[in-house]
Amino acid sequence: MPRPPDLSDPTAGDAAVEPAVVETDGLSKTYPGVEPVHALRPLRLTIRRGEFVAIMGASGSGKSTLMNLLGCLDTPTAGTYHLDGVAVAGLSRDERADLRNRKLGFVFQGFNLLARTSALDNVLLPLLYDRTGRIRRPRERAVEALTRVGLAHRLTHVPSELSGGQQQRVAIARALVNEPAVLLADEPTGNLDTRTTVEVMALFQDLNDAGITILIVTHEPDVAAYCKRVIELRDGALVRDEAIAPRHDARRDLAALDAAPAASVTPPDTRPDTPPVTP
Amino acid sequence: MKWQKLFRAALDSILKNRMRSLLTMLGIIIGVGAVAILVSLGQSAQAAISGEIEGLGANMLFVRASTGDDGGVRGQDGTTYEITLDDVAALRAQSAELAAVTPAVYADVQAVGGVGNWPTQAVGVSPEYLAVRNWDLAAGAMFTAGDVAGRARVAVLGQTVADELFLGQNPVGAQIRLRNVPFRVIGVLESKGGTVGGDEDNTILAPVTTVQSRLRGDDVVDVLFASAADADRADAAQEEIVALFRQRHGVPADDPPSVEVQTQADIMSFAQTALGAMTALLGAIAGVSLVVGGIGIMNIMLVSVTERTREIGIRLAVGARGTDVLAQFLIEAVLLCLFGGLLGTALAFGFAAAVSAVAPFEVTVGIDVVLLAVAFSAAVGVFFGFYPARKAARLDPIEALRHE
Repeated sequence: MPRPPDLSDPTAGDAAVEPAVVETDGLSKTYPGVEPVHALRPLRLTIRRGEFVAIMGASGSGKSTLMNLLGCLDTPTAGTYHLDGVAVAGLSRDERADLRNRKLGFVFQGFNLLARTSALDNVLLPLLYDRTGRIRRPRERAVEALTRVGLAHRLTHVPSELSGGQQQRVAIARALVNEPAVLLADEPTGNLDTRTTVEVMALFQDLNDAGITILIVTHEPDVAAYCKRVIELRDGALVRDEAIAPRHDARRDLAALDAAPAASVTPPDTRPDTPPVTP
Repeated sequence: MKWQKLFRAALDSILKNRMRSLLTMLGIIIGVGAVAILVSLGQSAQAAISGEIEGLGANMLFVRASTGDDGGVRGQDGTTYEITLDDVAALRAQSAELAAVTPAVYADVQAVGGVGNWPTQAVGVSPEYLAVRNWDLAAGAMFTAGDVAGRARVAVLGQTVADELFLGQNPVGAQIRLRNVPFRVIGVLESKGGTVGGDEDNTILAPVTTVQSRLRGDDVVDVLFASAADADRADAAQEEIVALFRQRHGVPADDPPSVEVQTQADIMSFAQTALGAMTALLGAIAGVSLVVGGIGIMNIMLVSVTERTREIGIRLAVGARGTDVLAQFLIEAVLLCLFGGLLGTALAFGFAAAVSAVAPFEVTVGIDVVLLAVAFSAAVGVFFGFYPARKAARLDPIEALRHE
């Protein structure tokens, strides 16, 4: 159900053709107490289809609270939230579970894969709870998702047999398998080294280029630089919401990484037979 | 479809944690095994004893002179009233309900003959004894009413006595001595077996008159064995015997009867009641271990829920409803208990085979015991699995995902 364009949306000018997948108005979360904690102050936010948004902020800024609210894992104290046209506020626990299953894909910092369970079965997990029957051939779909993240040759591997980057790609495949309206990633590169971080961001950029809406919570500006739009929170309030320019291209950075350090970092023991050259 | 998936998820989880699953099941394995073993033992003992009681004879009644009350002094059986051969004759002549009556007079003797000697019991009876006891001859013939009248010194050997004295040779025609009285062996009884009441084959039958005069030196009859003409009228036969002895002993109708009559059904029901109570008691004690096993399941399921908080968080995040998680854990608990129940039943079968090999009677595990054990273990799974499963289902996904 398309909603009328929102004039307060900074991207409304160039992206107004795309429908909003995330739309909040006055969304807030307060933890009651002697001194109530305003984890999130009333927020008006619109994210349209095809966007690639970084949610930034220091620890305690409210970005995790926002993520949990957008992920339908938590209920707001006040305000409205429409996810792909569905009003989330007021939904029961089960209804929110069904909504997550239909419209959201989650990627976590710690990968959160089921141990001792093959990559394929991990990716199949969301489809286990599909009540709509909209996904006809779950296995084919899961293989497709794993192929999309470049792990077609790792279907039967269990997480302990995969590298961190590969585990995160399995998690991304799991987030994609149900064709979500929004892919939510919470510090997806927090446990990864620099190179793997760039690899995962390249994957996100590819997925976004293919039309998938992505929200990434991160505190690393380097990671945010690969996104298209950045939202920054401080003390529960929105302090920045702007398009990213210039935007980094992860594929190009990856190529640069491959070209530059490869030669200089070559460990000495790979050429032990060469005697030191003395002038 | 949905249930199949949840079932598979639960099964996967059990198979992926084999050691934990096995330890969890251990309590149920032992509990179900113990219940199945003890109930089977009880049932088998009951069946064995029932078989023996049935083997006592056809529609049999036992008659003993009752404990008298002589001026306030209670004596032993037979001290006030006596049964004599005249009573037996009267009973045969007047009874309408009895097919056959035989007296029995017992004397412990050392039988000498054949290759040596053997301690046994001589039983003085009349020829009807074989019909009443439902016993057949393996060789030779039974003595006759004429032998009884003539106090003939003839004997029919039980299988054990024949084996011990004649080492499997046919003893018919041989001579044996009981208390220095020579007897001619005229027959051998078929083996009757028997265990609980002792070896029935360790016996020598002789005419009642011969045993009374030659071995006992009195004219008292210890017991009467009678068989009812109609199995359904055993009670009528019982009353008839009591009435006849009242008349013969001159006992007024409102005094206690002068003889005690037990029917085969009385003995059977007594044995069944005693053994049934014992079986129930043993089963109940074993049932306690099953409950303890169930508590073990709950304990480990609770630990498992804590240990798998993150997994539950993931499942909830990707769209599992609380009921999905509840169902998964409940199915897991029930499957664990069912597997445990099956293994426990297998344990009982193994034990039954082992006991049957050494015990004098066959121990079988009935299908009813198996079904009961499996149903009970499934119930234990539901009962003790519910609390941990509900705890898992109620987890907050945010907290669960954050759990280390």
